[in-house]
Amino acid sequence: MLKLELRPEASELWRYGSPLLALLITVALGIGLFVLLGKDPVRGLQMFFWEPLKSAYALGELMVKATPLLVIALGLAVCFRSNVWNIGAEGQFVIGAVAAGGVALLADKETGRWIVVAVVLAGVAGGMFWAAITAWLKDKFHANEILVSLMLVYVADMVLGYLVYGPWKDPAGYNFPQTKSFEAVTQIPRLMSGSRVSVGLILALLGVAAVWVFLFRTRSGFAQQVGGLAPSAARYAGFSSRKALWLALLTSGGAAGLAGALEVAGPIGQLTPYIPSGYGFAAIIVAYVGRLHPVGIVFSAVLMSMFYIGGELAQSRMGLPKSITGVFQGLLLFSLLACDTLVAYRLRWQSGRA
Amino acid sequence: MESYALLIAATLNAGTVLAIAALGLLINEKVGVVNLGAEGMMLCAAIAGFAAVVHTGSDMVGFLAGMGAGALLGAIFGVMVIYLGTNQYATGLALSLFGVGFSAFVGISYVQEKLPPRTQFEIPFLADIPLVGAAFFKQHPLVYGVIAFVLALIWFLYKTRTGLVLRSVGESPESAHALGYSVRRIRFLAVMVGGALCGLSGAYISVVYTPLWVEGMVAGKGWIALALTTFATWRPARILLGAYLFGGVTMLQFHLQGLGVQVPSQFLSALPYLATIVVLALISRNPAWIRVNMPASLGKPFHPSS
Repeated sequence: MLKLELRPEASELWRYGSPLLALLITVALGIGLFVLLGKDPVRGLQMFFWEPLKSAYALGELMVKATPLLVIALGLAVCFRSNVWNIGAEGQFVIGAVAAGGVALLADKETGRWIVVAVVLAGVAGGMFWAAITAWLKDKFHANEILVSLMLVYVADMVLGYLVYGPWKDPAGYNFPQTKSFEAVTQIPRLMSGSRVSVGLILALLGVAAVWVFLFRTRSGFAQQVGGLAPSAARYAGFSSRKALWLALLTSGGAAGLAGALEVAGPIGQLTPYIPSGYGFAAIIVAYVGRLHPVGIVFSAVLMSMFYIGGELAQSRMGLPKSITGVFQGLLLFSLLACDTLVAYRLRWQSGRA
Repeated sequence: MESYALLIAATLNAGTVLAIAALGLLINEKVGVVNLGAEGMMLCAAIAGFAAVVHTGSDMVGFLAGMGAGALLGAIFGVMVIYLGTNQYATGLALSLFGVGFSAFVGISYVQEKLPPRTQFEIPFLADIPLVGAAFFKQHPLVYGVIAFVLALIWFLYKTRTGLVLRSVGESPESAHALGYSVRRIRFLAVMVGGALCGLSGAYISVVYTPLWVEGMVAGKGWIALALTTFATWRPARILLGAYLFGGVTMLQFHLQGLGVQVPSQFLSALPYLATIVVLALISRNPAWIRVNMPASLGKPFHPSS
């Protein structure tokens, strides 16, 4: 029978090979799913892996969707490396969007371009605040951060709902639950005309560099990760676990809030009940598939963005439900976790009984 | 007064949903496995159960389909965390994310479907007692079933040899292994049972509790059930009480709205989630107390080194 044998050392090859193998498995399962549904699998794969790449405009759209995923996942990488399980990035994203939207609503015809900076900072602060609730409850009361951060996602949705159905509803909006469209002056500047790619992408790439430097070139980044890998060693070295907790949650919350601001003052342009898009959850998968490494996350964010665009195309052109994206995302994470077994173990064929 | 009787009835009903799932998760956690995939398993079971009732017309088949779906997903989770040694948190999370997507994907063609007319259950004679009858004796059989199940589970866990073995696997897998018990097989079975119960709860939601299918209709009840196991410090009877408490909070929002209390509806809808957070914080305040009650190997993988 097949047996797992512990490797003397973790396999470097499989550390990088495993996400690729996981992608292959997901594609194979996807082909199976298309065949099962009586759809042409080649056309199905085209929607996901060719259509999003085939023109400059398509590539731009790919980046538009990859940007929030990249930003959120970068924050989560810092968080997960510290062994802090913030799975409520979706809620922090929503509150970031709400805070950014609140500032954007203050703008009028005379407001200067500086308002964009205020909008973005408000988003970051909103996300940080929402994550700080989780940090505070964990720090003071030892409340499990997984459950608290997740519950706060539902609460964040209610906050957004209250505002857009209530005080912030556009009085001239035919009673639709949405705010008025933000003034053009609050719009995150675009990089070029003819594409929706914004300065957000530049910020995201700067974030990649910043997270890389923090994790691998600074003492506090090192302390952060030691706390995650070996809490007792961290304690011995005098690294504060409380500081690590707060830093992890504030970083990931701030990043998610930033993504919320970039979305709401970017492609969306107003607050609606449809702000919660699942990016906060998808970013968890992005972070893992990217090996919690800032550069890896760039690739996985683009991949996940392809899943989103492919899902939308599969809906409009092949009549498949858009939720196929969620199925593939889930399958990818499952396959990755299973393939990661190969990092620590090797498969051995063993005949008869051991 | 009539409205209070109905509030109690609704509370028991909502509590049953949470209790069934939380008892399943309790069985998981007693052997040392945390399954964060509860929400995903419940969603998949909800659509499986709903679809089964649409096609067969039988609630019983619906419940069985839900349990089957839950057990199957539990088994996948079990193979990964127990035999492949994957991280329990990450794998459970993957299961939840997958379940949300998969149930929405499969369920799209059932969104407009309706179930055959629902039967109104009542216990003869007792149901005719004024107020008390409406509050306690017009419930779905599973509402009473879950109480019987809790009693049976207490007996099983604390009075039988098998229950002792189960608990020892969670408290000290090394010792259980040394005594010759197959830790991994016992864990795997417990995870499947836990999945089946989460599945039953999910099917109860879509077949009885709110008999329809809507994307994401479990609405965090899987996560609340997970919080309940901590809240109950891993004791079956306390899980039942906690479930009724949370069921009551869920129902209170409708009751308050009915009374015309001037609070934004979103605030009332957020109550169950806020209550979960507050209760978690209060119960976790004393880490030593949690540590005494928590199965000692919770969340830790076990590799038999034979």
